[in-house]
Amino acid sequence: MANVSLRNVRKTYPGGFEAIKGIDFDIGDGQFCVLVGPSGCGKSTLLRMVAGLETVTSGEVDIGGRVVNEIEPADRDIAMVFQNYALYPHMSVYNNMAYGLRNRGMPKPEIDTRVREAAQTLELAGMLDRKPRQLSGGQRQRVAMGRAIVRQPKVFLFDEPLSNLDAKLRVAMRVEIRKLQRRLKTTSIYVTHDQLEAMTLADILVVMNGGQVEQIGSPLDIYRKPATTFVASFIGAPPMNLIKLGGDEIRAQFAGDSRSAADAGILGVRPEDLTISGAAATDGGITLNLTVEAIERVGAETFVYGTRARAEKAVSATPGELPEGEVIVRIPGQDAPAIGASIRATASRDKLHLFSANGRNRIDI
Amino acid sequence: MVEHRRWNDILAYAILTFGVFIVVFPVYVALIASTHDAATVVNGNMPMLPGSHTLENYYRAIFIGGSRASREPVGHMLMNSFVMAMGIALGKIVISILSAYAVVYFRFPFRQTAFWIIFVTLMLPVEVRIYPTYKVIADLKMLDTYAGLILPLIASATGTLLFRQFFMTIPDELLEASRIDGAGPFRFFKDTLLPLSVTTMAALFVIQFIYGWNQYLWPLLITTQESMQTIVTGIKKMLTTTDELAEWQLAMATAILAMVPPVAVVVFMQRLFVRGLVETEK
Repeated sequence: MANVSLRNVRKTYPGGFEAIKGIDFDIGDGQFCVLVGPSGCGKSTLLRMVAGLETVTSGEVDIGGRVVNEIEPADRDIAMVFQNYALYPHMSVYNNMAYGLRNRGMPKPEIDTRVREAAQTLELAGMLDRKPRQLSGGQRQRVAMGRAIVRQPKVFLFDEPLSNLDAKLRVAMRVEIRKLQRRLKTTSIYVTHDQLEAMTLADILVVMNGGQVEQIGSPLDIYRKPATTFVASFIGAPPMNLIKLGGDEIRAQFAGDSRSAADAGILGVRPEDLTISGAAATDGGITLNLTVEAIERVGAETFVYGTRARAEKAVSATPGELPEGEVIVRIPGQDAPAIGASIRATASRDKLHLFSANGRNRIDI
Repeated sequence: MVEHRRWNDILAYAILTFGVFIVVFPVYVALIASTHDAATVVNGNMPMLPGSHTLENYYRAIFIGGSRASREPVGHMLMNSFVMAMGIALGKIVISILSAYAVVYFRFPFRQTAFWIIFVTLMLPVEVRIYPTYKVIADLKMLDTYAGLILPLIASATGTLLFRQFFMTIPDELLEASRIDGAGPFRFFKDTLLPLSVTTMAALFVIQFIYGWNQYLWPLLITTQESMQTIVTGIKKMLTTTDELAEWQLAMATAILAMVPPVAVVVFMQRLFVRGLVETEK
């Protein structure tokens, strides 16, 4: 049980590449913190710095009130779950879990109790004598978790632990990890690039980009009020529609006499906040006139991809996220307009997100 | 198509059979020769079926030696060869795995240089450096000793390279997991690397045992006493006679005996090989 604090942590590689550009945040005791961001954003590097597998160039990593910059990974009282599990291939499941405890000179009976208890929790009881290669991906994942649990560390570190599993198993394991963490109340840091995992697991969500923190907060706060266009398009699937504003009619629709709205350069609206309706939006909402280009029916909901008639195009913060000028509307059920039809999508004023022209600042309406 | 295939198969089998025949026939002749008495072997018409002197020939070869004085019995030569081959194989495994561990897992000044120096020794087999090596061994008073037979042949890069390649395929996460599990460099080596290297060690053992067993030039050079002779040099000496006929039946028996240990090593180790391959996974 411990808090983890990062104080102005930086990492510069010998070649001069700055992977982490000064990061500050605190994780309270027992909280589940998720670091999320695109690949190469430094989230894994940051986690490995907490683990002690990467040196800290400057700043302080503090675990449970102790600065651990110069302390060996084994002595930091942490346990880590790796993406490829990193199980010892020649050891049985039992020994994989017991190895770390033995190295610490724990008495045998105590090791046995802990391993069997963890095996019980993770439903591995019947497999203690097997070798890792005789296990399925999900079971290996559990062994890796078991190895972390038996240590009863102050902090769990997870480095994209679910990305090697198939979609169905990933969802199941995600729920299990959350339940387990709630029960053990161990402070956890979890790295992922999957925004869905991030949203569902986190107490505190840290969105990272280019070695810096874009936004920190509870998942729903971040979803409701993304601080930058990067966060807006990264959190939420499908991503938020971002529309570059010119001196056009759209601005006229919601701006009214608000000064801040007049300063905004980018308008964001989530696909789920758009509704297809016959009437134009009232009281400061927006109305988009779209031509339907494609339809995706996923069962419970349908995604309608439309292009705006006007010259103003939507911009996307992350390359490849959303083609320019395209707007996604998410509607419940399976009834969708025909391809090629002209539709009108509206969003009410309280669903609009405004950003400065460079996308770095959020502007409140 | 089927017809065509069949002819292909027949042709392939014919060529293979012919190849096997070429390789096996001399060995067969040696085996046959070792079962006849001296007179039958030398008269020029080698029989193609085993004779009746098998036990006598092998008994004499192993325990007594040739009829001429100062001929060492093969039993002793086998022993010498075995000690030398084992020493080379085991010594090389120990040195190679340790040096590869250092080169792959430790950062120290001139690490890359160290690796290249090891690599360069690949181009310096015993035959090339034989004079300086002889001088060193002579100065160390190791002539006519097992140490003198073994040590110069241990130092070479093949094993180090083999282990280095293997270590580099072991995922870094395994090392990191070990570090988090509180295993220091020695524990990581003992608990993780060694068990994972069993197959590589087996492969290296087979290669090096046979390499050591088949050494000819080096033992010939540094052994002067008959009691330190290896079987490979011994066979040759059996055939160099000045005033009498060579005892071909004994030489052939010796040759057959000389083949047994390497073959046994290959057969036995191959099992371990396969078992290791099936059991471990990186």
